[in-house]
Amino acid sequence: MPELRKTPLHAFNVENGARMVDFAGWSMPVQYESIIDEHKATRSSAGLFDVSHMGEASIEGPDAEAFLDSVLTNDVSGIEIGQAMYSLICYEHGGVVDDLLVYRIAKEEFLLCLNASNTQKDIAWLNANKDAFDVGISDVSDSFALLALQGPETREILKDLTAMNLDDLGYYRFQGSDVAGVSCLVCRTGYTGELGVELFVAPTDADSLARSILGAGQPYSVKLAGLGARDSLRLEAGYALYGHEISETISPVQANLMWTVKLKKASDFVGKAAIRKEKETGPKRRIVFFKTGGRRIVRAGASVLVEGEEVGSVVSGAFSPILNEAIGSALVSSNADDSKLSVDIRGNELALIPTKPPFIELKP
Amino acid sequence: MNLPDELKYTKDHEWLKLLENDEALVGITDFAQQSLGDITYVEIPTDGDSFETGASFGVVESVKAASDLYMPVDAEIVEGNQALEDAPEVVNQSPFEEGWIAKIKLTNPSQLDSLMDAAAYSEIAKD
Repeated sequence: MPELRKTPLHAFNVENGARMVDFAGWSMPVQYESIIDEHKATRSSAGLFDVSHMGEASIEGPDAEAFLDSVLTNDVSGIEIGQAMYSLICYEHGGVVDDLLVYRIAKEEFLLCLNASNTQKDIAWLNANKDAFDVGISDVSDSFALLALQGPETREILKDLTAMNLDDLGYYRFQGSDVAGVSCLVCRTGYTGELGVELFVAPTDADSLARSILGAGQPYSVKLAGLGARDSLRLEAGYALYGHEISETISPVQANLMWTVKLKKASDFVGKAAIRKEKETGPKRRIVFFKTGGRRIVRAGASVLVEGEEVGSVVSGAFSPILNEAIGSALVSSNADDSKLSVDIRGNELALIPTKPPFIELKP
Repeated sequence: MNLPDELKYTKDHEWLKLLENDEALVGITDFAQQSLGDITYVEIPTDGDSFETGASFGVVESVKAASDLYMPVDAEIVEGNQALEDAPEVVNQSPFEEGWIAKIKLTNPSQLDSLMDAAAYSEIAKD
């Protein structure tokens, strides 16, 4: 087995008691002290996450915008310099290559933030589809560490560390600025549903930045938060995770992500025909989020039943510390009766309560 | 690691504390609760049910995994720790005291000799 990759914050994480796990070929902190405490701290104060495993690609050239509009489902021509956008990349058949954030750095330059497990595949896919365009694609993953500070106290924690006025930075806007003496791309984006920022920073600066933020956050009880809390936070917020709610075989129509697919944009894009057709004829299956009314976590992979007949399977399951109950999502047949969904947990039948996400009020 | 000397232990990371009249408390060790992470649910056994050594008498579920509870000796359930129903996190906070899972009556007290002492258990409770 190849050695796990380490983020620039590895020593910092270990020193702070992180339990490290293998995630997409990286040694990543799954938790520091308690996933539930880290989750609650992020909702009530702030959580600091090392998400340096995320991949980055730079797209540059006269045709950068046109190229991205030909491979991304969302309308890249609609964002200005300093603005970010969530989008999918789809296959010709409508399945999802990856979901990503695209940041417009300049008129002809974009930065993509990609899932760690998909980065190499994504870059190969982009290269395979760029023939008609005057554009350069480079994997710049090793040029960045990524820290996320998420939670209602984010601005208070950062205000003495930067000259930048964070109140003026709108949602899904970003700006280059020094934070704690370190040059960062400060982005008001995140994966928790809370007010927060993501900070792209040079790998050599990441350790000092993390220590400064943790120090500035002490009066606010900021907590280091790992991938465990990141997953339960995103699920409460109703955000899709690649490999769960979206995948090569789960399309945006099925995942209820058509808000990210602009069928009417000027540019044609990979997957458009298949997605349009599936939208018109109706998907054969769809993602349903659910509550359980109880504390038993329904794990991914569990069969979903209607009166004993299998109609699908659970794709995400977690304990919601805010609702104090287990929540999740499942991929189920479109003609299944939602009011009768259940799962079998170790011999006990448990009714699922279909719920329109988010499970909590989003305050990003 | 926190490992009280007066308890008996199993390789499955349960502990047993002998009380009077062949009764005992059973629970999971500090090592087990740390490995599981935040515990969100404990399936507590029903009073009066009987279990043989090694039989699953309940489940502990954490944010990360579900794990069976294995009975250390042949026993009958006297009572389950009902407090864990609403506060399963007590198993994390106090695995050897408040976080006990069931009070049992030993069917065959001589089986206690087959359990490990703290020193023996400490050899297998390693990261």
